[in-house]
Amino acid sequence: MSDSKEHSVDLNSYIRLCAVIFLVLICTTAAMIATSYSHIGNGWTLKVTLILSIAIVNAFLVAGYLMHLLSEKKLIYTVLVFTVFFFAGLMGLTMWAMGDFPVGTVAH
Amino acid sequence: MEIPYTIENRPDTGIYNAKLGIWLFLASEVMLFGGLFSAYVLLRVGAEPGTWPHGWLDVKLGTINTLILALSAITTLLAWAACKVRQFGKFKFFHGCTILLGISFLCLHMYEYHDEWTHYEIQLANGKIADGHLAETSKDFDLAKKTGFVKLEEGRVVDDSKELADLRTPEARAAKHEDITLQAADIKSMENYSPRHNTFTAIYFTITGLHGLHVLGGTLVIFYLWGPGRRMYKTDPERYTNRIEVSGLFWHFVDLVWIFLFPVLYLT
Amino acid sequence: MQANVQQFPPFRGTPAHGHGHHEHHEPNFWQKYIFSTDHKIIGIQYGLMSLSFMLFGFFLMLLMRWQIAHPGMPVPLIGPLLEKILGAPAAGGAISPDLYNSFGAMHGTIMIFLGVVPLSFAAFGNYVVPLMIGAPDMTFPRVNMASFHAFFLGGIVMLVSFFIPGGAAQAGWTSYSPLATTIPTDGQAFWLVGMVLLITSSLLGAVNFIATIIQLRAPGMTWMRLPFFVWAQFVTAFILLLAFPPLEAASVLQLMDNVAHTSFFLPTGLAVGGQLAHVSGGGSPLLWQHLFWFLGHPEVYVLILPAMGIVAEVIANNTRKPIWGYKSLVYSVLFVGFLSFIVWAHHMYMTGMGQKIATFFQATTMIISIPSVIILTCMFLSLWGGSIRINTPMMFALGFLPMFGIGGLTGLPLGLAAVDLYLHDTYYIIAHFHYVVAPGSIFALFAGVYFWFPKMTGRRMSEFWGRVHFWCSFVFMNLVFMPMFAQGIKGMLRRMSDGAVNYSAARVPNAIDALPGTVMQLNDWIFWAAIGLGIAQIPFIVNLFCSISHGEKVKSDNPWSATTLDWQTPTPPPHGNFEHELRVIRGPYEYSQPGHATDFTPQDEPESPAAPKVPSPVHH
Repeated sequence: MSDSKEHSVDLNSYIRLCAVIFLVLICTTAAMIATSYSHIGNGWTLKVTLILSIAIVNAFLVAGYLMHLLSEKKLIYTVLVFTVFFFAGLMGLTMWAMGDFPVGTVAH
Repeated sequence: MEIPYTIENRPDTGIYNAKLGIWLFLASEVMLFGGLFSAYVLLRVGAEPGTWPHGWLDVKLGTINTLILALSAITTLLAWAACKVRQFGKFKFFHGCTILLGISFLCLHMYEYHDEWTHYEIQLANGKIADGHLAETSKDFDLAKKTGFVKLEEGRVVDDSKELADLRTPEARAAKHEDITLQAADIKSMENYSPRHNTFTAIYFTITGLHGLHVLGGTLVIFYLWGPGRRMYKTDPERYTNRIEVSGLFWHFVDLVWIFLFPVLYLT
Repeated sequence: MQANVQQFPPFRGTPAHGHGHHEHHEPNFWQKYIFSTDHKIIGIQYGLMSLSFMLFGFFLMLLMRWQIAHPGMPVPLIGPLLEKILGAPAAGGAISPDLYNSFGAMHGTIMIFLGVVPLSFAAFGNYVVPLMIGAPDMTFPRVNMASFHAFFLGGIVMLVSFFIPGGAAQAGWTSYSPLATTIPTDGQAFWLVGMVLLITSSLLGAVNFIATIIQLRAPGMTWMRLPFFVWAQFVTAFILLLAFPPLEAASVLQLMDNVAHTSFFLPTGLAVGGQLAHVSGGGSPLLWQHLFWFLGHPEVYVLILPAMGIVAEVIANNTRKPIWGYKSLVYSVLFVGFLSFIVWAHHMYMTGMGQKIATFFQATTMIISIPSVIILTCMFLSLWGGSIRINTPMMFALGFLPMFGIGGLTGLPLGLAAVDLYLHDTYYIIAHFHYVVAPGSIFALFAGVYFWFPKMTGRRMSEFWGRVHFWCSFVFMNLVFMPMFAQGIKGMLRRMSDGAVNYSAARVPNAIDALPGTVMQLNDWIFWAAIGLGIAQIPFIVNLFCSISHGEKVKSDNPWSATTLDWQTPTPPPHGNFEHELRVIRGPYEYSQPGHATDFTPQDEPESPAAPKVPSPVHH
């Protein structure tokens, strides 16, 4: 049988869990907006870091609970870990490549 | 011989076929949007300092859309849970909510696009730049023949295009916005905030457009399962529930992308 | 992994449901052959279409080689026809530079995305993988059908682009911006739309393959009992799944550049034809290159891995012994797949990257050669002590080994940044990658065709003409590509429609390092060798089609006496593949096991209680 035994069969407690998650999502969204309009730090770097960190928390909630990734099988995890690694490689190595210039050349 | 594990889980992997299939597909979608996000980051980091737009998008509308999608993610999950415990009435309700929320998202988005599309940056003959919403174009307006006029709503005139970039600065927030009428003779050229306007509008329209197509696709699939496809609930409820789960996972992914799109485009 | 016997639930469709509504009416022609969901039909659809595209790509190459050898001269025989079909770009029956460029771009695109990948991955993979793992079909048959039709549409779009005003794409198969956006032809947009369709097809196929190999292995078919061909296809599918999407993203962005006049890849201050371009600027041409090669490099492993899988199967079968180093092969292929994602910028050494990042990519590139060498070495070692049977598939498999060796080894200097600065974009590169793909992958694919033909049709292809095909192809492949190493080292650049005559010593005698007459002369020889190579394919084409109805009938379902499950089916396999429930109890290459009556034991053959278990002494 599918994973009915792993999840609460009680629909009401499911609804309660979802309501909590939704409230948390509202709060985190508000936190991001507040950060965006605040005057923290010089320029945008710190703000962007904070906002993206909150976004990652949001993503964790949606993926972990709503997509029940937290209770998913190892096989799915493995695929996603490799995916995240390759995505990090794509973004990280490309940024490094675009920012690394030969010795003696002027970078602007 | 039938294909095994379409409904029951394969013992050693613990999942049924379609669930593996959708997660594999979502992994490829992560790379797709990852490629687009990488493009965004590189274009923004590589832009001339001071030219990258901030605050061009309506945060209120974006927030509403964020909450719409978040709520729809929840109703999707509850729809699947209701299906699992065979409460078909509740399932129909939750799934119907998801469809309505999806449509609302798309409508709001269309409104935002229209907002951008009717926003103009006008190079004036005297070297200054006018910027605002195009409210009215006279019938005889012709830039080549220099006849007629245009009216801008909530507009302002600036000396340098760089002043138009960051709308979050105190100067920009304090700037007066008023209705401006411009004669065709005073106008050198005009361009709306379409993808070609600058790399920000380009990436904004492209990435939200692609995301919007995914929302549309997801809504259509969910609508099909809610409507014509619901016959399978009577003949094979477990398989139908699996379909709801799989389409729900896709929908959650679409929400996941927006969770990053919203702060990146609207808030930073 | 241990051979734990797993009790799997019975297949659906058992009498409890009644066979009433599973008894389907005999499908009509369209359902059976055009809109089939059976993996075998889909595999054959892919196979025939990709072979046709390969032939077309070959013709494009012949036209280019003529132009290189005789720049500006009308093409004999075909010239008037070209002019009739294509008009002005083929004025006077001669190939104009723009037309040459479009042939070049489309030759590459067609051979890779419409030729080798669909043949090796989609065609052979679709047909053989479910059989080899003991599955009734792919996990998602309708997705499989959709994948073929997306491929079909993509191919049509690519072909149609030749006939639109302005012609087909002309900016190389790599479609670099800003050239790809500023060329005044809609062919570039067609190319991008075609690519999106082809990428979609590959993604759907990849999902299917991975899900099938994970979920539909027969009882007892553990991971370490899989034939190496299945492992190779598994890794290939993962590469396609995760490496293609960034190119799809980039294609969308370049399409926006072409059609919506955005500037994703167009830099500020871009001038076209002496005039400042009317675009917003702010884009980055390098961004396209990174996104392209992020796929572009893993793509080459897509080209080679299924081919290596075929070679492994053919060698094991024709040496009558297990493949040497099964575990090494498996770990190497997994490692190659993983590493292939972080080597891509070795295609970009000339773009002004700094030393740190260039060294990083150089290091990963050097490292990735190790598992490739391990795989090749294991195959060479597999020959040692084997009872080698010579037949056409084996000849192509044996031919693959040194050819891939040459191709792979000539890639090593290219991985070193300092050397690549000189060799980049020369004919050395062309020789290198053609060696791996043409006498490399394509030879392996020929081996696969001759090998699995009896299973698909119940008849053998002619052995005589198969050997003629092999020897002529082998000789001419080397005659075509070996001279190109010399040309490249001498500095002859690629993608020159005049065959480098404007850089030759005859034209510019005072230029330092002008190309000598010997190098230019090679152009002529290569052209004739290419003609020879083309003629050498005629026996293959005739053999392929004639043998379907006139080939020698096989006398058993397992004419090669093979151990893998694909040979334990009826010929050709019916819908659902296996007529009995399978239980796999041994590894994939149980050939010449001591104490057994025959020199091969199929994977699912039950242990015979009468078989003597006394191990006989092994003689060498």
